[in-house]
Amino acid sequence: MSKIQDILSERILVLDGAMGTMIQRHKLEEEDFRNEELKDHSFTLKGNNDLLSITRPEIIKDIHRAYLEAGADIIETNTFTSTSIAQEDYGLQDWAYRMNLASAKIAREVADEVTQQNPDKPRFVAGSMGPTNRTASISPKIADPGYRAVTFDDLKKAFKEQARGLIDGGVDFLLFETVIDTLNAKAALFGFTELFEEMGKEIPVMVSGTITDASGRILSGQTTEAFLISISHMPLLSVGLNCALGASQLRPYLQIISEKSNFATSAHPNAGLPNEFGEYDQTPGEMRDQIEEFLKSGWLNIIGGCCGTTPEHIKEIAEVAKKYQPRKQKLNHVSEIV
Amino acid sequence: MLSGLEPLVITKETNFVNIGERTNVTGSRRFARLIREEKYEEALDVALDQVRNGAQILDVNMDEGMLDGKAAMVKYLNLIASEPEISRIPIMVDSSKWEIIEAALQCIQGKGVVNSISLKEGEEKFIEQARKLKNYGAATVVMAFDEKGQADSYERRIEICERSYRILVDKVGFPPQDIIFDPNIFPVATGIDEHNNYAVDFFNATKWIKENLPGAKVSGGVSNVSFSFRGNEVVREAMHSAFLYHAIHAGMDMGIVNAGMIEVYDEIPKELLERVEDVLLNRRDDATERLLEYAEKVKGEGKVRVKDDSWRKESVESRLTHALVNGIVDHIEEDTEEARIKIGSPLTVIEGPLMDGMNVVGDLFGSGKMFLPQVVKSARVMKKSVAYLIPYLEAEKSGKNSSKGKILMATVKGDVHDIGKNIVGVVLGCNNYDIVDLGVMVPAEKILDEAVKVDADVIGLSGLITPSLDEMVHVAEEMERRKMTTPLLIGGATTSRIHTAVKIEPKYSGPVIHVLDASKSVGVVSKLLSSVSQEFAQEVKDEYAILRDNHQGRRGEKDFVKFTAAKKNKAQIDWASYDPPKPNQTGVQYFENYSLEEIREYIDWTPFFSTWMLKGKYPKIFDNPTIGKEAKKLYEEANEVLDKVIRENLFQANGVIGLFPANAKGDDVILYEDDTRQKELTQFHFLRQQGKKGDNIPNLSLADFIAPLESGKKDYLGGFAVSTGFGAKELAEQYEKDHDDYMAIMIKAVADRLAEAFAELLHQKVRTTYWGYSPEETLDNEALIKESYRGIRPAPGYPACPDHTEKPILFDLLDVTSKTGIELTESMAMWPAASVSGFYFSHPESKYFGLGKIYEDQVLDYAQRKGMTVEEVEKWMAPVLGYK
Repeated sequence: MSKIQDILSERILVLDGAMGTMIQRHKLEEEDFRNEELKDHSFTLKGNNDLLSITRPEIIKDIHRAYLEAGADIIETNTFTSTSIAQEDYGLQDWAYRMNLASAKIAREVADEVTQQNPDKPRFVAGSMGPTNRTASISPKIADPGYRAVTFDDLKKAFKEQARGLIDGGVDFLLFETVIDTLNAKAALFGFTELFEEMGKEIPVMVSGTITDASGRILSGQTTEAFLISISHMPLLSVGLNCALGASQLRPYLQIISEKSNFATSAHPNAGLPNEFGEYDQTPGEMRDQIEEFLKSGWLNIIGGCCGTTPEHIKEIAEVAKKYQPRKQKLNHVSEIV
Repeated sequence: MLSGLEPLVITKETNFVNIGERTNVTGSRRFARLIREEKYEEALDVALDQVRNGAQILDVNMDEGMLDGKAAMVKYLNLIASEPEISRIPIMVDSSKWEIIEAALQCIQGKGVVNSISLKEGEEKFIEQARKLKNYGAATVVMAFDEKGQADSYERRIEICERSYRILVDKVGFPPQDIIFDPNIFPVATGIDEHNNYAVDFFNATKWIKENLPGAKVSGGVSNVSFSFRGNEVVREAMHSAFLYHAIHAGMDMGIVNAGMIEVYDEIPKELLERVEDVLLNRRDDATERLLEYAEKVKGEGKVRVKDDSWRKESVESRLTHALVNGIVDHIEEDTEEARIKIGSPLTVIEGPLMDGMNVVGDLFGSGKMFLPQVVKSARVMKKSVAYLIPYLEAEKSGKNSSKGKILMATVKGDVHDIGKNIVGVVLGCNNYDIVDLGVMVPAEKILDEAVKVDADVIGLSGLITPSLDEMVHVAEEMERRKMTTPLLIGGATTSRIHTAVKIEPKYSGPVIHVLDASKSVGVVSKLLSSVSQEFAQEVKDEYAILRDNHQGRRGEKDFVKFTAAKKNKAQIDWASYDPPKPNQTGVQYFENYSLEEIREYIDWTPFFSTWMLKGKYPKIFDNPTIGKEAKKLYEEANEVLDKVIRENLFQANGVIGLFPANAKGDDVILYEDDTRQKELTQFHFLRQQGKKGDNIPNLSLADFIAPLESGKKDYLGGFAVSTGFGAKELAEQYEKDHDDYMAIMIKAVADRLAEAFAELLHQKVRTTYWGYSPEETLDNEALIKESYRGIRPAPGYPACPDHTEKPILFDLLDVTSKTGIELTESMAMWPAASVSGFYFSHPESKYFGLGKIYEDQVLDYAQRKGMTVEEVEKWMAPVLGYK
């Protein structure tokens, strides 16, 4: 823990960019998502990108390598949807642990390989965890607002299993990202605490929320500050925002996180907003300029990219991040009491 | 720190957090019935009602034998989650069953509070539950309850609370700020002697907890205290209110309170309050009997008392205040109408009696005598009254309907107060401006996007609470970032000119103006949108720059410029086209034993009140509901003292003035014997601001206001020294001997005011007669106080020229000591204390300013000019040195 804390106070760390955008470049077909074992699986598997860590690991490794070469300090495992809950859509709920283990291992392998080339710049692996496609505090049925498609306990179990796979595979941190419902995040944090006790070891946890629109709230209705308060009971490595918006729209909310948080701060915005075709067309240069404003303001410890970003974007971001000092972290809790 | 959809941050400044209690099946029969009959929609309305009545936390309790408490809790909380107006505030999960608590915590995304855990079932269970709560991220109420039972004495309360705290903080690692103690509020006046000290024990335990258990909060269920007076609402309400008043003073942070069951502390009849407080504070043995006796008298009056209409007999102004303070809407329209007819102008009704009433509410709230739910009720009355007046305001609109400009207004993000903003909107609307009102809680992005969209001519921001100030700064920054130029107006109760000048104005290069109240808004907006808008904006900019400098001068500034650069950036005065006025009479004039009667007319009373720590302007201060009476009393006593002093000739007023040919040489001013300007009399030395200035803002020195030698113009400088302190010291000493410090201070304060008044009087004589550059000047005392005349009289040792060592030069020049008796001590103070000395400058552009900090280069130069060593200068100028 102390090592990463030291590095965070010395410089701004760079997180990698989008996995999906890079996978799309490969024009993969259904057979790319299958191996011997899945040959006769009855569900369509095309689009289940997390599975590629098992069926086409070289593609994933190449993407990791490309981001590390672009200057990323932290790469995210290819596991955003690798929970038993999300994999149910593909009939692969029983594969969750294996998928996380496999993805963590290959990310670890590539990160270590690159660290070895330049030990002065150690590379880290963050286990990527998405919120699942079910929300614990919003009803999917408009006519029945009291209904819930998933319970706190279901979520807790699923996240625990995912985290176990990631830790067994050797990740340095857990990154619970794209939080659209704070109750999902609280279930995850609860699960992590239980897991750490069971495993007798603890690794740093990062949380990143998603502001979905100009109301400045996450999907489940909380304001940025309320979100921050609701997850601050666990000692986190960082809290930040990602996805949904481009860098410029993220600005006011990031400022709140930076001012109010006792933890390190992170941001990995999209490459702007999608165009009419759902494509992200913000250039690396444009994104860099918008991000430079955050860095100039001294708001960030960790910066990266989400949907639509590529190694070219990360390269620009890594270059500009070198020019600025990281945000000074407040001491946890002490200030609040005194 | 708690949260629903929005944050609730509890600090020392939050006053008191009010927990809504109606969504509790054990406390509300109606709610229990709704839940039993599964009428959840209506049950949600109960919660909504609580929120709208000002509840800041919602207590939910489903503990009833007939209910499946767990299922009801989950269902109700899930439904609340889909009602943003309710789920805005944090939830307090209230249950004695752990199973229900845990199920509830799995339903709330915000940071809630559990009510409650305790050591009742032993340490092991307590620790296990606390661990879980920590992982759920909930704060918790901890009851003062242990294995031996509930704490009922002060000692037991603090013993259990301390033990619980230590276990939670040391063993569990529970965040101390998430611990909320409930040190048990028990009924008093029960007839059992052991109960008599229960309230006092609670207050003391609260105080002890706040002092000894850092971070911990205190809460409690207030209505318990009046349990033995069930059925007697008059006494119960008074007891709740008085209890809260004392508990909050002791440090109670939050509590379960039925908003409908508290009286306003200051409105409790005196006799009742005394008897209630006798009981609560256990002040006399027969307290219970006496309260029972009183209770017997008002028994059955119940709510009827609320309909006590005696207040209806008072003046319409006091009726409005009464209605506002007590939140009574019944008569508000007829009273508003009566006030409108009586006063004549609807706007004056708002700015007069209604605002006065709201100020009373504000003061009571600030001093903890009113609570948020009551304030919400007051605001409703206010809104209703304003709503009644709006048609009249609009009718006042002059016939022409062409819009004079578009004003976009908003209460900034995080703030919900909008009465002031609405009034400004109405007033501006009545003056033919188009108003685009974005409402409350408006984020910066929306304000600025809308401003562009509707092409607003002016943006007005409003806010009442302190955090709004930061949000306004943020809006200004965003405007700058977006390269906007639209003027920005700042208004609202916590805003101020100084905050605007120091924190907001520098962030935005467009015009930023603080507007004190609605009536000022029209003037400001009309100037901003007129042909002189640029001049006006510049004027305000300059004014704010000076405010900022003065402020920085006090706080130590970081940005400064070299002395050479500062000199280059001197005040730009066009000497070529200016002819300095020649005094009618140069040389020195003495005044001995001047008429105190005449001096008295020139007194500025406002500083007199601030001597006594009373804030407010004379004579308006007398109307202030909290300090007005006290101020009036002081004023009358001061005048009695004055009468006596004048009648018995107790003080002596002596003074001297002198006017001399003068020219500036650099930052010094040379004085000549006569107008041939051959022979130098002496030199004064002035200091120059070195703070870094914005564009077009000079680095001022007083020397800038005197024509420089190279201009070839013949200018003049004056000096003066006055005192009214002769005799004051002796008189004060007499009182001191009698240990009457009050009168001693009063004598000195009055003598000080007279000295200032004497200086004002002579300055006027100089302007109209001796120098005579404003012979026509006819200003009344108010205008004099506002310094609306030409020329200034800065005093050595004060902000524009803080060097006290110029005083001996002035004293020599005017021969002050031998002619008036005023002496200089070795630390350059004047004796008697009630003395004033200074310079006269006549240039129309001369003005007061704060020097701010100075730096080595100027100190070196100054030492050379004065013939002092650098060390000496540094010693005298220590408070303004920007280095070391």
